[in-house]
Amino acid sequence: MEKSLNWREYIITRLVKASGYSAIVFVILIFFFLLREGLPALAEVPLSALFSVRWYPIEGNYFGILPLLTGSLIVTMGAALIAVPFGIGTAVYISEIAPRWMREILKPLVELLGGLPSVVLGFLGILVLAPFIRRFLDLPTGLTALTGSLLLGATAVPTVVSVAEDALDAVPRAYREGAWALGATRWQTIWRVTLPAAASGVLTAIMLGIGRAIGETMTVMMVTGNAPVMALSPGSFFSPVRTMTATIAAEMGEVANGSVHYHVLFFIGLVLFIISLVVNIVASSVLFRAHKRSERILS
Amino acid sequence: MDKIVIEHLTLQYADGTESLRDVSLGIRENAVTVLFGPAGGGKSTLLRCLNRLNDLTEVRSASGRILIDGENILDPKTDVVALRRKVGMVFARPVVLPMSIRQNLCYGLELAGEKRRYKLDEAVERSLKLAALWDEVKERLNEPAIALSGGQQQRLCLARSLALQPEIILLDEPTSGLDPISTGKVEAALQELKKEYTIVLVPHSVQQAGRTADYAGFFLQGELVEYGDGKSIFTNPRDKRTEDYVTGRFG
Amino acid sequence: MKSILPLNRHLIQRLGFGLITFMAVLTVVPIIVTVIYILVRGAPAISWEFLSGFPLEGMTAGGILPAIIGTFYLTIGTAIFSVPLGIAAAIYLSEYAADNRWTRLIRISIINLAGIPSVVYGLFGLGLFVLFLRFGTSILAASLTLSIMTLPVIISTSEEALRAVPPSFRTVSISLGATRWQTIRRIVLKEAVPGILTGVILGLERAAGETAPILFTGAAFFLPRLPVSPFDATMALPYHLFVIATQVPNMPIQIQYGTALVLLAFVLTMNIIATVIRSRARARREW
Repeated sequence: MEKSLNWREYIITRLVKASGYSAIVFVILIFFFLLREGLPALAEVPLSALFSVRWYPIEGNYFGILPLLTGSLIVTMGAALIAVPFGIGTAVYISEIAPRWMREILKPLVELLGGLPSVVLGFLGILVLAPFIRRFLDLPTGLTALTGSLLLGATAVPTVVSVAEDALDAVPRAYREGAWALGATRWQTIWRVTLPAAASGVLTAIMLGIGRAIGETMTVMMVTGNAPVMALSPGSFFSPVRTMTATIAAEMGEVANGSVHYHVLFFIGLVLFIISLVVNIVASSVLFRAHKRSERILS
Repeated sequence: MDKIVIEHLTLQYADGTESLRDVSLGIRENAVTVLFGPAGGGKSTLLRCLNRLNDLTEVRSASGRILIDGENILDPKTDVVALRRKVGMVFARPVVLPMSIRQNLCYGLELAGEKRRYKLDEAVERSLKLAALWDEVKERLNEPAIALSGGQQQRLCLARSLALQPEIILLDEPTSGLDPISTGKVEAALQELKKEYTIVLVPHSVQQAGRTADYAGFFLQGELVEYGDGKSIFTNPRDKRTEDYVTGRFG
Repeated sequence: MKSILPLNRHLIQRLGFGLITFMAVLTVVPIIVTVIYILVRGAPAISWEFLSGFPLEGMTAGGILPAIIGTFYLTIGTAIFSVPLGIAAAIYLSEYAADNRWTRLIRISIINLAGIPSVVYGLFGLGLFVLFLRFGTSILAASLTLSIMTLPVIISTSEEALRAVPPSFRTVSISLGATRWQTIRRIVLKEAVPGILTGVILGLERAAGETAPILFTGAAFFLPRLPVSPFDATMALPYHLFVIATQVPNMPIQIQYGTALVLLAFVLTMNIIATVIRSRARARREW
């Protein structure tokens, strides 16, 4: 009986260990397939053309991805301008100011926002937000980068709130009590003691929020107007743009397998993958280094 | 007759701290052997070696032998599961498993494959009586164990180990969180139990050591300084360090 | 001098708190308003015919049954692949993994998987499942794609739930003669179930609402029949909403809101179930 138990334990342990490592396998697999289908684009389209400012793949074989990059950039920046203050502000409110009963209401609500399907937000964007912006700002169309930024900011807020709130919660009570004992008001304590102590976690929250914004697809596809133009001036905020994600989603359905267009779309996917990889590695190393520092301080 | 023989045991943790240095002693059968001394002395570490619980921590090196009934349990080929049924342990804080009183007691037996209802019931009653807890809980066996008081929980942990019918019982500061009455009940139970079992106890005070020890070993920073008869080591210690500790000059 | 200073500090605090509270309210109120708005505008469209019928007249009339069933199938398919794998990976991280370079690599991988844009998952699914493995545009391909996307959520929440179980339980269990796996199965997993369940439901909720990963891997614009095999393509609620909101001319607004409401209800219900499980488990905890 002991023998068979040992055997079973051994198999289960192996399976569990394999499952653990599967995460690494999947990341490599994704990278590999993006490379496989995306790298040919570098061979088929000269680099100068790839990084030019005209994206007209169907009409004119122009595969310049710069407009798409700037589109993603401007929408993401706009989203960050909204998500960072509101996200951190809400996190501070939940963690430091709100009474307990309020916290129990707010946290599920914010979580709900995080669970809202992006297509639902895009849908409301088309029907409600875009017309409102068009009328309110007297623009030719309401489908602009601004509209996208607003909705994207809303999408990123839950991520920022949950990570930042965890970080604020993790600050030891002793820090706050020390500050109060020295006569600081709660407000001063938050800004001079608690937030700085949670700085790395808050930074991570911001980065993850931005990461979420860059990767958002359906919402931007539905409300940013899908015009692949270079979005370089602040004025571009109020006109249609196109993001990388929306491009892939919109055009992938119409390309022939193996065509140049197909490879370029995969290439854009590869670029997105690398961007998110970099953001996430930086975010986790910030958190990791802070962890070690705090362990040294607290021990 | 020595139930356990420890020969030149040296243990070093992964972070470099040396926990035990060349410890050798013999533990008598059917007696209460007390390992006492200030914190950091290595007593708990030694206890955990006796049921190979230190396998769970990062140990860098361990040398020496521990013979139980003549067999070296530090041998990698040892059946640690069988060892842990033979050598039971009670911890400093009562840790009841998140289940009913009855399930707590049957946990070890069920793991061992015992399915017969009557055998389990027998074990439950027997071990609760040995731990002097039967009368207090016999009507509430199916209630969650967490509902018991601290003292009752600790006696439940003792009963839980006894249910497996071990030969040796290790107790690591078992009464450290308990009130004097519960402490008295546990100490009385130990005096009864030693007739059938070999008991190794780390006390939480020198006074407890004095009350309960048949034999005692004084540990200081990983070394066994002195070992001897329970009565004489407290009244007439041979080593000056033992005397200093027993009389309260440091601790 | 003395009377001005404290007043100043407290005034700043009142203003500051007010501002922060205002921001929190501004964040949260739109959520409630949005949900109510969709509820109000979509409710008139909801009827038994709507929920059980097929789209007619080029989607401008009729019901959304195939989309509902499709989302249901996709959610189950995602669960089949991601739940066992995710929980097992969480068990590894919580109970077995040492604190070394490999474990850190696993954790970075999980964070990365969580951050990959959903449309990139769609591309990956297209490349691997639809084309390379030749599953075609199918429920199978879409479910596998969604599973990998859902994995990080399940792993993180499950690991957290497992770690929350006090280490002393494990020590005691081992000291009573249990093996590591016996300890995990009988005590750790059992106590972590509510937390794991919450994470699973939240993960599946997100998978149910995603459009981009299924765009090229399993979603169909219109199917006259319900899918019968995992190799069939399927309609799905989020994709259907997208289609009727952007691709179909003369689409009655009411049906659009109705579809949005059904999708929202699906997601909201899962959210509420998960929250209830979590709070009940917290109240009943025996430690």
